[in-house]
Parts: sequence; structure tokens; C-alpha cells
Amino acid sequence: MAETPARLLIVDDTKVNRMLLTRNVEMLGYHASVAENGNVAMERLHEEPFDLLLLDIEMPEMDGFEVLEAIKLIPALRDLPVIVTSSVEGIDNIVRCIELGADDYLPKPVNQVLLKARLSSSLEKKRLRDEQKMLLRRFATSEVVEDLQESGFALGGRRVHVSVLFCDIRGFTPLSESQPPEETIELLNAYYSLMFEAIDSHGGIVTMMIGDGLMVLFGAPQPLDDSAGNAVAAARDMLDLMEEFNVGRVVIDKPEIKIGIGIATGEVIAGYAGTQDRATYTCIGDKVNLAARLEAHTKVANCSILIDDATRDALADQKNAEAIGDVLLKGISEPVAAFSVQQD
Amino acid sequence: MVEGSIDLSVFNELQDATGSNFIKELVETFMEEAPGILAELKSATTTGDLDQFRRAAHSIKSNANVFGAHELAELARQMELSGLGSDQDATNKEIAALDASYERSAVDLKDLIDG
Repeated sequence: MAETPARLLIVDDTKVNRMLLTRNVEMLGYHASVAENGNVAMERLHEEPFDLLLLDIEMPEMDGFEVLEAIKLIPALRDLPVIVTSSVEGIDNIVRCIELGADDYLPKPVNQVLLKARLSSSLEKKRLRDEQKMLLRRFATSEVVEDLQESGFALGGRRVHVSVLFCDIRGFTPLSESQPPEETIELLNAYYSLMFEAIDSHGGIVTMMIGDGLMVLFGAPQPLDDSAGNAVAAARDMLDLMEEFNVGRVVIDKPEIKIGIGIATGEVIAGYAGTQDRATYTCIGDKVNLAARLEAHTKVANCSILIDDATRDALADQKNAEAIGDVLLKGISEPVAAFSVQQD
Repeated sequence: MVEGSIDLSVFNELQDATGSNFIKELVETFMEEAPGILAELKSATTTGDLDQFRRAAHSIKSNANVFGAHELAELARQMELSGLGSDQDATNKEIAALDASYERSAVDLKDLIDG
């Protein structure tokens, strides 16, 4: 058995059955909690995480069918394995349990050998699902995972108001050519973990990582109250963290790492683009282009953070945003007002 | 092998699987709970609560099966399946038979746990 025993919630209206099932699962090495009807079970499920539900059908107040229906509507509980243990009469009732999402049905009194087999199989399936979810989280942000779980996967986009942030390392190509590839990967990993820390703590999601470049959305898939403020705050944290990082670099006689950041705010189309098999959450629109161009322009303007006027206008505190005049950016026909954000 | 109203193959298997201390506790719990469930069954016949009647019969059946009290389980099962009918006399007879069967099972179960 794994380090921590699986936690089971036993739902049954008769005390004899609760005691017996508790005894059964405890003898198998699992941890058991009990609830005497569906309402109590739903409360318990909201209070703490469980790995599996052993559910009776015939119960007062809220019966097993209603519990199965309720669980399906709650994203956090949708994957919870449910084994129905009942002596309910009629095969149509058993069919109904399975149709409502129960993993399995065990007739009462429960046979200990069958119970053992069903529990370990259901818990193993849950473990694999949890692992997949963890894996998904590694490649997609938890916001995207949540969005996928709530709305399902569908190609196509919708209009959202976001702040788009681009960031990359100045002179990364010559730097990476001057050192062994292992060192470059190590540097990138350190850089990414710092950037992700700043991005996560301000509600941003990374939609693209290319080499040393990052594209980050603030305000999608979940809306943010102040996407511009969050994006600028994240950018400033990114600079602060890099400054600390460089202190360590200087000590070991390595060149400092400089980054440039561009931010633009406005309406974009965000959604899943790709094919049915391979797709990514991304966004497209003028603002994406603008953010990327502003980021590139930080090198020309010799500053670290450049934002567009919509981002600046949305900021509650604009004293650190200094106008650098209208700039002509590649791929954008009209000159654009740009603002350099200073650190305190 | 049957001792009175209890199927010993069921009872002994349960005892072997869960331990004699536990089964003593379980039987005692059953005897504490069952009168309440039987009372619910009776009150359902006077109030005409079909759900409560079915649920109470179901609980008796389910618990009786745990201990191998086949007769009690079967009587309860018949009541669960047929539900609360309009024939008051028939229902009263069923309940009387169920009560008597429970009493026999309770005595036999008590004998078994007291060794």
C-alpha cells in the first residue's frame, strides 16, 4: 500500500452497515469516514478530499441516486470513484447507478474478497487519473486545466479583454553559443522558475514558451479584475527576481542576465487552436502583436518594460509609467504611444 | 448448518472475516437499532408514508442478510417489494410475522455471541 492510506467515505443510513463496511475497509488498510445520508455525505465531500465513495442507494433525505447526480455537477468531485453497495431490488436500479456514473456495484452483504478487488482497481484508476492531471498541469496551467474540465475541449475562440505580456532574455543567442548546452538549459530552468513565480502570483498564464521567450495572458481563460495592473506588477516582480538572480551570477563570474518585457491591453480572441489531437490555449489579435513588438523595442529604447497606452490608462497608479513618445514598430503602420515602466 | 433462525455459514464467515469482538459489537448494534426501524415501519403504516415503509423494510432486510437471518430478511424483502398496500389487515399480519421473526433472530444471535 502507498505511504498514506486511501481515504474512503462510507455512506449508509443503517448503523450496522456503516460499522461493517468501516470494519471491512479498515481491515484492507484504508481509512474510513462515515455519513448517514446523502446530505451529510455532500457536506463531508466539500470539507475534505476523499479517494473513493462507498455509496448506499436507499437512504432518507438524499438518496444514492441524488448523490450520484450531485457529484456529476461539481467539477472537483466529478472524478471521484463511486462504488455503490446496496441490496436495492431490481436490475433497473443497478443500471441506473452505472448510468449515473457509478464505477461499480456490489450487492450487500458485501463480499470481502470482491470488495478488496473492486476497491484496489477503482483506487488504481483514480491514481492514474490523478497522475494524468498532474502531468497535464505540468504542460498546461491549472487555469487551462480547470477551463478544460469545466467547459470541455473545443477548438475555437471567444473575445476576451486581456493584457498580453511578452518577455525574453537580451542577447540570449550569443550567450547560449558561448557556453555548453547543459549550462544553457540550467540557466533557462532557473530563469523560467523565477518568471513563473512572478506570473503565477499575479494570476497570469503562460501560453507559449519558445527558447527564452514567454507569452503570458492576464485575464483569460478566467477573467481578472485588473489585468493591466496584474501584468505590470508581474513584470516588475520579474525584474526584481532577475536582479537577485544576477547577484548570484556575478559571484560565480557569469554575465548578468537582462530581460525585456512588453505589455499591451485590449480585446483578443482566446481559445484552443490546433487540431483535435494536438491543440494549445492561445490568443491572437493586434494586441498580441503589439506586446511582442513593444518587447522587442525595449532594446532600442534601452528600458526594461514597455507598455501601450491602454495598459497605462488602466493602471491605478501611473506615476512610474513614463511616456517615451510615439514609436514606430515593425509591422505596425501607425506610430504607437509607448510608456516605460520604472522600478521604484 | 442452521442454528434456529440464523444461517451459521453466513454468521461464521462474518465472524472469521471481522473477528469475534467486532461481531459481538455488531450484533449489539443491530439489536439497538432494529426496534427503531420496526417502529418506523409501523408508523409508516399509520401515516401512509410509502417511502418510509419501503426504506424501513429495506433496512431490516439489509441488516438481516448481514447475519444470515434468512427468514427475517425474506419477510422484509416481501414487504419492500410489495410496498405498503391498502389492506390494513394484511399489513398488520405481515408486521406481526416480521416482529416475531425478529424476536427469534435476536434471541438466536444473542446466544451465538454469548457463546
